[in-house]
This record gives sequence, C-alpha cells and structure tokens, in this order.
Amino acid sequence: MADRFPSPFEIQTPEGAEGWQELYTYSSLFCEERREYEEGAFWFHDGVHWPEALTPWDTTFLEFALASLSQYNTRHYIIPPAYGVDFRILNGYVYLSPVPAPPEDIESRVPLFMERAGFYFGNWNRLYDDWLVKIRDLVKEMSELRLEPLPQFEDLEVITSGVGKGSGNELLASYHRLLDLALTLWQYHFEFLNLGYAAYLDFFGFCKTAFPSIPDLAIAKMVAGVDVDLFRPDDELKKLARLAVSSGIDDRFDAGDVATTWEKLKSDEAGRAWIAEWEKAAEPWFNFSTGSGFYHSDKIWIENVEVPVGYIADYITKVRDGVDLDRPIQALHAERDRVVAEYRELLDSDEDREAFDAKLGLSRTVFPYVENHNFYVEHWAHSVLWRKMRDVGKVLKAADFIVNTDDVFMLKRAEVSDVLWDLYAGWAVGAPSRGPGYWPAEIERRRGIHEALKQWSAPPALGIPPEVVTEPFTVMLWGITSDSVSAWLSSGEGGADGELSGFAASPGLVEGPARVIFSADQISEIEDGEILVAPLTAPSWAPIFGKIKATVTDVGGMMSHAAIVCREYGLPAVTGTAFGTKNIRTGQLIRVDGNTGKVTVLE
Amino acid sequence: MPDRLTAIPFECLVTEQHPLVGGKCASLGTMSQAGLPVPPGFAVTIDVFADAKQGSGLMPRIKDLITNVDTDDQTALVSAASRAREMVRSWRLSEEHENRLRQMYADLCALCGTEDVPVAVRSSATVEDSPDASFAGEHDTYLWVCGIDDVLEKVRGCWASLFTERAITYRNEMGYDHDRVDMAVAVQKMIRPRAAGVAFTLDPTNGDRSGICIDAAWGFGEGVVSGDVTPDNFLVDKVMWSINRRIISPKTHAHLLTEVEGSHCPRVSRVQLPDDQVNVPSLTDDEIVAIAKLARAAEKHYGCPQDIEWAVDDDLPAGEDAVLLQARPETVWSKKRHRVGAKTDATASIVDTLVNPLYARRRKLPA
Repeated sequence: MADRFPSPFEIQTPEGAEGWQELYTYSSLFCEERREYEEGAFWFHDGVHWPEALTPWDTTFLEFALASLSQYNTRHYIIPPAYGVDFRILNGYVYLSPVPAPPEDIESRVPLFMERAGFYFGNWNRLYDDWLVKIRDLVKEMSELRLEPLPQFEDLEVITSGVGKGSGNELLASYHRLLDLALTLWQYHFEFLNLGYAAYLDFFGFCKTAFPSIPDLAIAKMVAGVDVDLFRPDDELKKLARLAVSSGIDDRFDAGDVATTWEKLKSDEAGRAWIAEWEKAAEPWFNFSTGSGFYHSDKIWIENVEVPVGYIADYITKVRDGVDLDRPIQALHAERDRVVAEYRELLDSDEDREAFDAKLGLSRTVFPYVENHNFYVEHWAHSVLWRKMRDVGKVLKAADFIVNTDDVFMLKRAEVSDVLWDLYAGWAVGAPSRGPGYWPAEIERRRGIHEALKQWSAPPALGIPPEVVTEPFTVMLWGITSDSVSAWLSSGEGGADGELSGFAASPGLVEGPARVIFSADQISEIEDGEILVAPLTAPSWAPIFGKIKATVTDVGGMMSHAAIVCREYGLPAVTGTAFGTKNIRTGQLIRVDGNTGKVTVLE
Repeated sequence: MPDRLTAIPFECLVTEQHPLVGGKCASLGTMSQAGLPVPPGFAVTIDVFADAKQGSGLMPRIKDLITNVDTDDQTALVSAASRAREMVRSWRLSEEHENRLRQMYADLCALCGTEDVPVAVRSSATVEDSPDASFAGEHDTYLWVCGIDDVLEKVRGCWASLFTERAITYRNEMGYDHDRVDMAVAVQKMIRPRAAGVAFTLDPTNGDRSGICIDAAWGFGEGVVSGDVTPDNFLVDKVMWSINRRIISPKTHAHLLTEVEGSHCPRVSRVQLPDDQVNVPSLTDDEIVAIAKLARAAEKHYGCPQDIEWAVDDDLPAGEDAVLLQARPETVWSKKRHRVGAKTDATASIVDTLVNPLYARRRKLPA
C-alpha cells in the first residue's frame, strides 16, 4: 500500500487541454507561490458535487460555496478545531482540503463558539422561520432582475421621469447584483448547516459510544424526518398522475411527446384543470435539477418538461395497475418511534436516557434545515440563477458575441463583467465592440480544452493523507474517513480482487446485473431489476428507484442522496466506493451488501 | 365425557390450561407463547390420565397395595411398586382420546415431513396442593420414541413412573393422597439440527447492549459449548436486525447423529466434515436474524441479558426451524455499568465531539 497520493504538482495536463489554467480563476489553481503549503496538505476530489470537469462560469458556485462554508467555521461560529475547507481546480476538477485550527488556539476558541453556536441552537426555530422568508425574498429578487438586450433608443419615459441613467448601466448592475445575490445565497446556505451537522455528529458520537456496533443508518433513521421537502417534487408527480387517472384524462399521456399531450389536455375542461394543478405544483417544486444543481448542463424539470411528464406517465401506468404510490407515512413514523424506543431502553441509566433525549431532540430540531435547504438552494435558487445566466447569454448572442446561449458558461465569472462592459461601451459609443471578433473563436478553443478535460479521470485524492480525518464536515458532507482514505490508497491499483468497499448506507443484500450510468441523460437506459452504479445520484432520480434493486455510488456518505432515497425505498445501497463506475461494467453480475458496505463483482 | 381435553400443542397452551398439563408442559407453553419457539410438540392432559385411571377401575387396588406397604421393607416396597406400575401400564385409553392422540402425533409428523418422527416423551406431573418441584426429574423420560404405538406405550410409562419406590415413599412420608397426584405428559420432537450454537444478547467483546452475538456450527451445539469446533460468529443489531459482523471459521468437525447398531436410538458423535462444508457459513442470513430475534425475545421475556442455546432443526419448515433449547441469564457484562456520561449541556457536549472526534477516538482503540 502506498503511503501518499500523487502531489498536485506531479499531475500532467491531459493531451489537448494545454492552457486549461486560463479557464479558471487565478486564485483557484495550484501554484508555485503556495507550493510548500499545497504540497504539505491532503486534497480530495469532491465528486459529490462536482463529478465532472467544470466550465469556467460554473466554478462560481464552487468558489462561493466553499468560501461561505469556511467563513462560518472560521469567522462566525469559531468552530474550535476547524478552519475552513480550501479549494482548488486541477484539470477542471475540484479538490478540497480541510484546514485545521492551530492546536494551541483550540482552547481559546471554545468560549467564543459556545456563545455564538449556543445562540443559534437556543433560537433555532425562530431563526429558521426567518431563513425561509429570507431565501424566498432572495429568489424573488433574483427572478425580477432584468438582463435584457440593450434598446436602440432609451424609452421616452427614461427622459421624462428624470431617472438620469440608462439600460447599459442597469444591465451591468443587474449582473453584479446577480453575483452578489448568488454569494448571499451561499452565505444563507451555510448559516445553519455547519451547526446542524455539529449537533447531528454529537448525537451520532453519543450513540456510537453507547452502542459501538450501532449501524450509522440506525442513527440517521432516528433523526431523519419523514415529511421532507426533498420528496415534495416526487410527491407532486404522483399527485398529478393520480389526478390524471381520476379525471379520466390519463390516455393523453400515452402520446409519447409532450407537445401532443399538452395539445390534448388543452382541448377540454378536465385537461385544463389538470394543467392548472400542474402549474401550481411546478412553482416552486419543479425547479428541480436532474443533477447536483451545480452544472449549467443539469436539466431542470420546469425547463425540460419531458422529464417530469415522462415520470408522470410511468406513475399513471402504476396507478392503473392498482399500485399504491403513497409513501407509508404512518408506518415510517411508527418505525422511527420503534427504533428510538428500543435503543433508548437499552441505555444504562436514566441519566444517559436524559442525555439521549436532549441530543436527539436537538438533532431533530436542526435536521429539517439539513434535509430541506438543498431544495431551496441547489434546486430552486440555482434553477433561477441558471435561467438568469441564460438571459445574459441571450443578450450576448443577440449582439453576436457568442454563437449559442450556453456559450456564456465558457466565460469566467469576472470576464462576463468585462464582456458586458465591452458590449455596453460599443452600444454607448455607437461603434464596434471587440467581442464579436474575439469571443466566438476563443470559446471554440476553450470548448476543445474542456472536452479534453472531460476525458480525464480525476484521482480520488492528492498529497499527504492525514493520520486521522477529524474535520467533522469532511466526514459528514463528503463521507471521507480515515478508513476510506486507506481504502483509496490500497485499491488505487484498480481493485483486482473484484471487491469494493464503501459506506453501508442502506441495508439489504442483493445480486443482479449492473447498469453503469454517468449522468441523468442515461437514466432511460435503466431496466427493471438492474443495480444502479453511478458516480452519485440526484434527488430528482427518485422515480427510477422503483425499478432498480440496489445502488452503488463512487462518492458520498451516509447522508448522501442515494443513501437517503434508498433507505426510503428499502433498497440496499453502498456509497462512497470511489471506483464503482471504474471497476464495474454494465451487464456484470454484482452483489451489493448494504449491511457491510461490500460490493462484489461476481462475473 | 364431552368436554374432556386430550392434548394441546405447546404453542396453543394458555395459562388457564396450565393446571391440566403439569409443570414441564406449562413452561414449554409459556416459552412458546412468549415468542420463544421451543421444539414443537404437545401436552397430553391429566384428563387422559384421569379417564384411563377411572376407566380401569384399578385405582382402589393400587391404593390398597401401596398405602399399606411398609416402606422400610425394601423387598415388599419393590414388589408393590412394580405391581402398581404393571397395573397402570394396563390402563386403556378411551377410543376418543386415543384417536385424538394419533391425530396429534400424525400432525407433528406432517409438520416435520417425516413418518414416525422421533420424539421425547416426558413426565409432567401435577400435585394439587404442593409444588412438585422437589420431585422434578424423578419421573420417567423416554428419548427417541418413534411411532404412535410406541408413544402411547411411553405415555403409560410416564404415568406408571408415579409409582416408583421413591415416589411412593415420598408421598407416604409427606402424607399426600396417592389418588390426588395427576400426571400429564409432554410429547416433544427430538431436534435434528442442521446447525446449532449459542447466542448472547449483548456483544461479549465490549458489552454493547445493541448487539446479539451468535456462535454457530454445523450439527449439534455440543462442539460450540465445549469449544472443540471453532464456530462462525455473527453480530446482529437487535433493533435494525442488520448483520454487522460475520466471521466464517474453518469448521473441520461437527457433532452429528450417527446410527448405533442394534439400537433405534442414534448417538451424537464428533465427525470430520467434507471439505465443501468447512468454509461455508453454517447459517443463512434469514436464519441468523431468526436466531437473533429468538434471543431478543428471551431477553425481553426474562427481563435481563440472556445466554441461550439454539438449534436450526432440519425437519422443520423454513422460517419455523429456529428453536430455543435453553436460556439463562448472562452474568459477565450484566453486572457492569455501561454509562456514556455525556455532558448535559448541548453546546458543551458538541465541543467535546468536535475537539475529540469519534473517528479519531475509534482509531485509537486496539484492533
């Protein structure tokens, strides 16, 4: 077994990707100026959120998210042992490194943390209610930002109202405001999350101390909510499917294409009533990404209606067959109560039971945020943000700066500002901008580089592994533990023995043919009874969980989406295997043991 | 005699019926009703005994014979007791009782999928006004009884064991009426284990109360108990029923039934196993969970951690083949406290968790 991963400075540029560094913010690259620090640290590839090579603009959320996460650890709550999580881009892929607080400072940070975190824990529900208002206000303001082509002449009203400034100014300001709001969004995202995880980890630690062999998923089950916003979009699909059947218009979904279905629906009262219900559900629940929400290329239901309508058609078939689509809410509640009562009873004393109750209580207080924020931030707000960026793309396309709307994502966040300036200045002067002559070719060049980066396979980690992984969020969010690090070190050669290990994320043991899927576009390839093998899964894949027998992912821990959804559907899952999609081929017979976290290739 | 009960399967025995079936059967019934599946079988009630006694008309003669015997005169006592037992063995069952017992045994054979399934026939005595505890085990037990005719004969044998020299002397000395002693009989399947072993309702490696630790080997559990086979080991979570640890050991030997020449009664002996069984898990996942559930039921029933002996009977239908043979309190970890003793202040406790993370703590433990 190797004792270290390759240094970031040993990594070669893939062929055809020369100059890739120009696609990303200068500060996000490994560089000679920081080499000593960077080579001494441990870096892991974040495949949970960014499994594929990023385009330049898409690094915005990476940078905003990691800076915001870090800021709350380091500057707001003063988490005693942990600073932030540093971030780099290498060959287009994301590498993260948890930064510990200096050991000698830990003690003096404790009282600061106690006061600040204590305030949030003590006022959690009120603050969370406020958060829900803040986030809705933020999404509303983003939605209302105007990012439109510049007019030939300003409206007369601009003159008569004496406003004293023009559309170019507003376009630039709107883009800047959009970025400010995006950063605020990510500040909000981490306002509660670090503390939520800390409270959960405390309960987790208590349970592991009381019951050394307790499965991680038992702890998750005691805390997890039954009515979670993340399940809402799927629930809405089921509701719409039932409505279609009960109003006798379900045959219209047999058409196979959305336009025909819609045409038929609009033809009568029942159909129009259904469409009205659809629209009610769509805002906000179908602002739902088929991916992690971190890529502009992730499909959003509301903009790719064929995706949710396809799921509805599947559900209609099930409703016709008499399948009960309801999640057994009552039974899930009862099961959660049973699990809690039984472990509680096994504790040594009333004193321990009191501590157990308090910790479980706090975990359940913080958990709705932990479970729900993802819909509001990564799905809803990001959907709006991607839409707004496409508005920018349309403005640039209309002015011949770019060929396709989505070319805007080949520009860096800060470059967009310069490009809009170029556009504005040309418009203001009434003379040619430089952009139309410059950007189409440059974007073509960048696309070539990006394509080359996409072919590269990112190693799971770089640098020197820590003796133990202690940073709590690294463990919780990315599922990276001392054990997974040593597993990577030993199986880097490719797991010749046909066995992979990961998190026992959802119990059960099954065998079946594998289906290796790399993105949401391939979902339709999945056949009944197959075992899904994917880099990771997204919440919007929920409807396929009725088809598959088990799930294996490359990345993610106990709280990853695949883990949560598989527990919900009662399917075995092994997450965080690192090499699942690399070592398993579609069609191979595999065994997934969700009890032990082992995946075996049988043939 | 329309309301006379003949026999009751153990799993149907309710508390109100305990006076009809004697101490041994009552305890098998209690376990069965508490979700602790014992090897299947049925109780032959005291009604059968009483009706046979009544029908024979021989009781006055028996009483006469044994009440007046001089218990100090060994020869006279042996002779009286022997004649009394002979008379009991001659008692006839009413047609109704006999037919019902034939049916009950046939049902047991059907359940086990075996003709003439081997059973143990055990005495289950009752004495109206005294606990018969001091006499437990003094009455007869017959093992490896096959076929209903033999079963019926051994039932009478159990009845007759009320009239051993010791029993007669005991009752005479205590002043108990020989007529007020009733005898029920337990007819219980002999186990033929595919696998067997022990289970603790805690993890004996660290005292974890959420775990059920199972040691299992092929055949009878003797080797697991004595340590002359290395068993497979499984750890099951008693709330989630997940199997959290499996260690499959090379099981070169097993304790299995072997035929004994000239006897219908086989013997358990230690034999070498074929290679293809050595490294195969001795239990399936379903069996592991079934045994864990059985151990947990015993723990709940008795109210403290248990150390049980169990078997998976090859003759019983899948899903009903895990049986409890014995349960006793666990004594090592049960006496120790297992407090967590976390800080009660939530934020202070969180600081502890953050500064001294679990993953670091676990790493430091010896492997």
